[in-house]
Amino acid sequence: MSSSTIISLPDQSTARIPKVNFLTKENGLLSWLLTGDHKRIAILYLISITFFFFIGGALAGLIRLELLTPQADLMATDTYNKVFTMHGVVMIFLFLVPSVPATIGNFVLPIMLGAKDLALPKINLLSWYLYVVGGILVLYTMISGGVDTGWTFTVPLSTHYLNTNVLSTGLAVFVAGFSSIFTGLNFIVTIHKMRAPGMTWFRMPLFIWSHYAASILMVLGTPVLAIAIVLVALERTIGIGVFDPAKGGDPLLFQHLFWFYSHPAVYIMILPGMGVISEVVSTFSRKRVFGYTAVAFSSVAIAVFGFFVWEHHMFIMGVSNYSTLVFSLLTMLVAVPSAIKIFNWTFTLYKGSITFETPMLYAFGFMGLFTIGGLTGVFLGTTGTDIHLTETYFIVAHFHFVMVGGMLMAFLAGIHFWWPKITGRMYPEKISQLAAVVTFIGFNFTFFPQFILGTLGMPRRYAAYPPEFQILNVFSTAGASILGVGYLLPILYLTWSLKYGEIAGNNPWQATGLEWQIQSPPLTENFPVTPIMDHEAYDYEWLERQQQKEVASVG
Amino acid sequence: MSDSPAIVHGAAEAHHEHPAWQRHHFESVDQQADAAGFAMWLFLLTEIMFFGGLFTAYLIYRNWYYPAFVAGSHQLSIPLGGANTLLLITSSFTMAMGVWCAETRRKGGLVLCLVLTFILGAGFLGIKTIEYGEKIEKHHVPGFHFSLDSFTHPDKTNPVTRNDQPLAVDMARHTEVYFSLYFAMTGMHALHMIIGIGILAFMIFRAQAGAYTTGHVTFVENFGLYWHFVDIVWIFLFPLLYLISRH
Repeated sequence: MSSSTIISLPDQSTARIPKVNFLTKENGLLSWLLTGDHKRIAILYLISITFFFFIGGALAGLIRLELLTPQADLMATDTYNKVFTMHGVVMIFLFLVPSVPATIGNFVLPIMLGAKDLALPKINLLSWYLYVVGGILVLYTMISGGVDTGWTFTVPLSTHYLNTNVLSTGLAVFVAGFSSIFTGLNFIVTIHKMRAPGMTWFRMPLFIWSHYAASILMVLGTPVLAIAIVLVALERTIGIGVFDPAKGGDPLLFQHLFWFYSHPAVYIMILPGMGVISEVVSTFSRKRVFGYTAVAFSSVAIAVFGFFVWEHHMFIMGVSNYSTLVFSLLTMLVAVPSAIKIFNWTFTLYKGSITFETPMLYAFGFMGLFTIGGLTGVFLGTTGTDIHLTETYFIVAHFHFVMVGGMLMAFLAGIHFWWPKITGRMYPEKISQLAAVVTFIGFNFTFFPQFILGTLGMPRRYAAYPPEFQILNVFSTAGASILGVGYLLPILYLTWSLKYGEIAGNNPWQATGLEWQIQSPPLTENFPVTPIMDHEAYDYEWLERQQQKEVASVG
Repeated sequence: MSDSPAIVHGAAEAHHEHPAWQRHHFESVDQQADAAGFAMWLFLLTEIMFFGGLFTAYLIYRNWYYPAFVAGSHQLSIPLGGANTLLLITSSFTMAMGVWCAETRRKGGLVLCLVLTFILGAGFLGIKTIEYGEKIEKHHVPGFHFSLDSFTHPDKTNPVTRNDQPLAVDMARHTEVYFSLYFAMTGMHALHMIIGIGILAFMIFRAQAGAYTTGHVTFVENFGLYWHFVDIVWIFLFPLLYLISRH
C-alpha cells in the first residue's frame, strides 16, 4: 500500500478536544496577562509578533510600490527613508529576533525537555511585557513622525544630523533587546537544569540545540548593542564625544560595537529556524536526522564563529586591509557549519519515506532559498566582490533570501507543524499547501530580480533609480503582491481552523518528540507524571513499539 | 479507551512534602535554587558584556590619547575615589555577612547587615554626587560647557597638577573623550548602584518580616552576587579612571 500522507487523525465522529487543557484551565483577560504558563506566553507572543509582522509587511508594500516607477512619486524621498527604516526596525527587532524562539520555542522547548515550564516563568512574562513596551515605543515613533537613520543607527547621522525620533527608537530597541536577553537566559537555564531524567545532551531534539546556540548569542551579544545605543543617546542628548570625530571620538567604534551584536543577531534569527527544519525534515521523511551530532555541533559552531565575523559589514568603511583579510576568511568559515546542516538534511531525505505536507513544503522552500542566501553571503564576504556589491540591491536580496526565504519559511513551517499541538485542531491541508507554493513563487519573483539589479549597480535606500532598472523592479513589486497573498492566506485559514479544523489528536504526524506524546492542547503542567527519556531522539522504531504496546493493552 | 495515553511512562510519583516556596514546575528545592543561581550568573555575564563595550572604548582611546587621559585623571580626587573604594569593599563584606546570616537564620543580623550595606551604598552615591558637582563647577562635563582651560593651563597651585606640562589644544580637546567615558562608565555604574539600593530597601522590609530566614535564601544570595558584581566593576573603574599615571 502506498500512502501519500502520514497524517493519522482520530475518528472525527467521536474525537473531542480534551476538556482540561492550558487554554481552558483559567478564563478571563487577567488569567492571560498575569500567566506564568510558557504556553500562554507563547500565544501572547504569537499574537503580538503577528501584529508587528503585518505592520512591517505593509511598510514593505509601500517600499515596493514606490519602486514601481523610476521617479520618487508615491512619497517624498525623506518619507521613503522613514518607511524603509521603520520596515527594518519592526521586522528585525519586533519580528525576526523573537519570531521562532519566543513563540514556538517558548511553547515546545520545555515540553521537548520533559519539563513542566521554563525555569523562570515570571522572567518569561516580563520578557513579553518588555517586548510590548518596545513595540509601543516603535508605534509611538511611527505616529510622531518616524525615524530615518536606517535600522543601523549609523553615527554621526543619528547623533548629529537628523532631527527625527532617534531616541524613542533607540529606547525601543534597548527595551526589546532586554526582552530577547531574558528569553535567551531562560532557555539556557531551562536546558541546563530542567531536563527530564534520561534526557541527556545528545538525546535532545536538534530544535533544542539550535535554540541553545541562539540563546548564547542573545545573552552575549545583545548587551553590547544596548551599550552602543546608550552611547548614541548620550551623544545625541548631552553631547559626549565617544563617537564624535570633532572631539577625538571615532564613528568606526560605533560600527564595531553595533555589528558585534548585529552580525550575531542574524544567527539569532536563523538558528531557531534551522531547529524547526531539523524536526520537520525528520518527521516527514520518517528518519533520524542524518549526522545528529554534526548538526548539533554545527549550531554551536555557527554561534561561536558568528562572534568573529562582524567586520565584514565594514569592509568599505576604512578598516585595515589586514583585518579585512582575516575577517573575510572567518566569514567564509561560517559557511562550513551552515553547509553541514544543509547536506545533513539532504542526506536525511535520502531513502526516507518522504511525504509532502505543508510544513515539509515550507522546509523544502527553506533549504533551497537559504542555500542561495547563504552562498551569496560568501560572495559578499569576499573582499573584492564586496566592494562592488555592498550597498546595492544585491545585499538586499542576499539578506532577504536568508531572513525571509530562510527564517520566515521556517517560522511558517513551524507554525503549521505545531499548530495541531498548540490548538488541538488541524489546519486545512490543501489550501495551506497552496499557500506554501504561492509564498515560494512570490518570494522568488520578489527577490531574485534584486540580485540582478544589485550586480547592475542599483544602490539600496533610494526612492528613485535610473529608468533602465524599471522592468526588474516591476517584476519585484509584482512578486511582492503575490508574496503578500501568500502571507495573508495562513492568517485566514489558521483563524478559521481554530473553530472548524479537524480534531488533531495527540500525534497527527506520528512524530517522536516528547511534545507529541501528550494531549493536544497540553495540560497546564504539560506532563501528569514526569517522563523518563529512554530512547534516542527521532527513534521511529521506539514510537512504533509504543503504539503496538498501546493497541495490545487497549485491545 | 484511554483519554491520555501516556506513552511516555513516568517516574514513580510520590507526593512528598515540600516547602511553600518551591514552585510547582521544579522537582525539588535544590533544582530550584540551582536554576536561580545559574540564571543569576548568566545575567551577570550579560552585564559583563554590557560594561565590556565601555571598557573596549576606554582601552582604544586611552592608547590613542594617553597624555589627555593622564591630564584628565589628574582632575579627579583620589581621596574621594579611594574613600568610595573603601565604602564599596566594606559594603561587599556586610553583604556577604548578610547572606551568611540568612543562611544561618539570624534575622536580626540579616536586617543589620542589609541596613549597613544600604548606608554604605548610599554613602558611595553621596560622595559620587560631590565629585560630579565638582566636575560641573570646573566645566569638565562633556558638551556645550566643556572647557579646556585646566589642560592648556594646568593649575600650578594644585599639588597634583603642579608638574603637568600644558597640553597642546589638539591633545587637550581629547580630554573630552576621557570625561565622556568617565561619565558614561561611572554613570552606568551609579545606575546599577541605585537599582541595587532600591532592591536593598525592599529586602530590608521583607527581612524584618522574616522572609529570608526560613531557609529560602535564594533571593538574598542572588542579590549578593549582583552587589559583589557592581563592587567589582568599581574595583576596575577606580584604577582605570583615577590612577592612570600612578604606577
